[in-house]
Amino acid sequence: MSMNKRSKRKLLVIIVVLGVALATVLGLTAFEENMMYFYSPTEVKNGTAPDNRTIRVGGLVVAGTVERASDSLLVKFDLTDNAEVVSLEYSGILPDLFREGQGIVATGNLNANGVFVADEVLAKHDENYMPPEVADALEAAEQKK
Amino acid sequence: MIPEIGLFTLIVAFAIAIVQSVVPLIGAARNDATMIALARPASWAQLLFISISYAALTYSFIEHDFSVKYVAMHSNLVQPLMYRISGVWGSHEGSMLLWVLILSLWTTAVAIYSRGLPDALMARVLAVMGMVSTGFYAFLLWTSNPFERLFPTPADGNALNPLLQDPGLALHPPMLYMGYVGFSVAFAFAVAALIGGKLDATWARWSRPWTTVAWSFLTFGIALGSWWAYNELGWGGWWFWDPVENASFMPWLVGTALIHSLASTEKRGVFKSWTVLLAILAFSMSLLGTFIVRSGVLVSVHAFATDPSRGVFILIFLCVAVGGSLGLYAWRSGTVVSTGKFSWFSRETALLLNNIILLTATAAVFVGTMYPLVVDALGIGKISVGRPYFDTMFALVSMPLIILLGIGPVMRWKNDEAQRITKSLSIALAVSLSVGIVLPFVIDGVFNLATGLGLAGGLWIAITTLQSLYHRMKTSSRLPLAFSGMILAHLGMAMFVIGVTTVMTYNQEKDVRLEPGSSYTLSGYEFKFIGIEEVIGENYKAEQGHLEVSYQGEKIADLFPQKRVYFGRTSPMPMTEAAVDAGLFRDIYAAMGESLGNGAWSLRLYYKPMIGWIWLGSLLMTAGGVLAISDRRYRQKRASA
Repeated sequence: MSMNKRSKRKLLVIIVVLGVALATVLGLTAFEENMMYFYSPTEVKNGTAPDNRTIRVGGLVVAGTVERASDSLLVKFDLTDNAEVVSLEYSGILPDLFREGQGIVATGNLNANGVFVADEVLAKHDENYMPPEVADALEAAEQKK
Repeated sequence: MIPEIGLFTLIVAFAIAIVQSVVPLIGAARNDATMIALARPASWAQLLFISISYAALTYSFIEHDFSVKYVAMHSNLVQPLMYRISGVWGSHEGSMLLWVLILSLWTTAVAIYSRGLPDALMARVLAVMGMVSTGFYAFLLWTSNPFERLFPTPADGNALNPLLQDPGLALHPPMLYMGYVGFSVAFAFAVAALIGGKLDATWARWSRPWTTVAWSFLTFGIALGSWWAYNELGWGGWWFWDPVENASFMPWLVGTALIHSLASTEKRGVFKSWTVLLAILAFSMSLLGTFIVRSGVLVSVHAFATDPSRGVFILIFLCVAVGGSLGLYAWRSGTVVSTGKFSWFSRETALLLNNIILLTATAAVFVGTMYPLVVDALGIGKISVGRPYFDTMFALVSMPLIILLGIGPVMRWKNDEAQRITKSLSIALAVSLSVGIVLPFVIDGVFNLATGLGLAGGLWIAITTLQSLYHRMKTSSRLPLAFSGMILAHLGMAMFVIGVTTVMTYNQEKDVRLEPGSSYTLSGYEFKFIGIEEVIGENYKAEQGHLEVSYQGEKIADLFPQKRVYFGRTSPMPMTEAAVDAGLFRDIYAAMGESLGNGAWSLRLYYKPMIGWIWLGSLLMTAGGVLAISDRRYRQKRASA
């Protein structure tokens, strides 16, 4: 208890500053690790999309490609931006509004065979709704043609 | 005719709001009693006209007036009365109308309950609230007219989004808005005090009850939304770090900081200009939340509009309001002098640290929410931030916050001795740490340090809170309601921490494929799938599953999850209705997936231990807030000030 009031107060300020700095560093690291980029099927096909981290891919579910396993919850289907097609695998329950022709966004990783293994499939809760990422991807693919 | 009355009264209310924001302000500057006296009747008149306007829209909903575009888009002939009334705020235009109605209610409440305020300050407060109203009226009239007619008039409308047809969600927006908008009172007090250049402890005493009421509504509204998402979406989660959720969480975090800093300012006269800044920030976060949800930058259940003019309008309004008030703060806050002195080891310091931690948390949510929006707006790319980021950040900031939550309330104002605190809290620390660390071992025979620390944190808050209650009861004969409110809210926090820790560790979930007669066992609970039958509701039909749940051979519940299709939508929209057997210590939860043929279905099964504590804790926090504002002190002071 030999410290005087002023130096105690200084110490407190230093601790707070260090705490906030630590939180910032840890925060930015966590931020960097958990940032997910969105890719269109065209970008996946031309190799822009990385295969070592979690990404998001979106497009329209291609009609006639939805295939269900008979003994598990595995589902396979194709996604397209009307230019390229990516195959997708997902094990679990699809959202209420999942259907052929619908715009969806999936989160997951590309495997060695170029198949996108999804952990999560999102279709939004409105029948007329198109995810904005998908809308933009379709437009970009359209302009390239 | 009725919709025209609605639009006309909306315009009148807009005109009154302009008068209310200009005349009393000039009056206060010139010391003109007549102009000052205009503030109160103006707020009354505004409330009258906006109420008529709101009633007109409600009437059009109830009477199925499909010539009103908004009504035709969000209700139909089979929609139950309750959802025609709640349909008013079921989408963009109507919910903005509700926003201005609530703002007007708050304004009038200030006009009624702040009779003791000096006239000039009162005039300035009401004028600032009038300015906020003016902005939102303009927004409604120029970009979001709810009374727009539709020609030709359709015979039937498009039903309200089935997701919104739920009692919990019908109540969620009004509660949330009461909280959001309620922060405008503290904001108006802060800005009025800055304009007047007079910022003393009485300013904090006036703002405090208003802030606490708003905070209680916001807490309740957020909890309601979370509970709804859990029951309705069929994903079994209670918080998704969705940008829209974050939009309501940021004002809550800043509001919580504000409540604590107001306590220091009122009691001890410290942190005056900091508290003013927080009051401005809390309402800025409310406005930012509105921008995020209403501008169409996000598309989710909540964001209906994708009209860019709306986004631009709110963005400009946001910049003017936030920039203007911060500018005023920079200009005037130099005149504010904090009077109280305190040592580095005191309750003041603890409350200051509380503020720093809560603002760090706000910053973390802000970055995670806004960064993807900014990147998208600049056209650099499309990114999203995963929930592990938010989870990590919150695990990080909650540790110091929990430690502090135990120490702060037992600390003395002004100066305390470390020795005294160590002595009085060492038992609480030992008990909570040892019990917390041992508990996971007792539960499932495995040591889990993270879980142990989480549980210890909850126990630590509970024990120390009860300890400070005990001390208070021993030393004083009367327990002020404000103090009891704090105790209740902190106990709520303890419940919340224990609930979150338990459910995050011991939550079990499984997507399974079940045929009628087959079963699946999760955490000792056997879910037996009996079969499916068709059920017809008032405005939907559903395939209803039947699951028998038994534990150790004994049947404990029947679950009836549904997959609904609502009538009267332009195209059929299926909706999952989860079935929950809720208990104090665990929830059993089932949701239907899809039909897999041959009577088999995919089903989502969950075992959620202590998840109810999350909402019970939030309810306790809300109750604590309500208790605190019932304190006689505020009424007496208000009458005599």
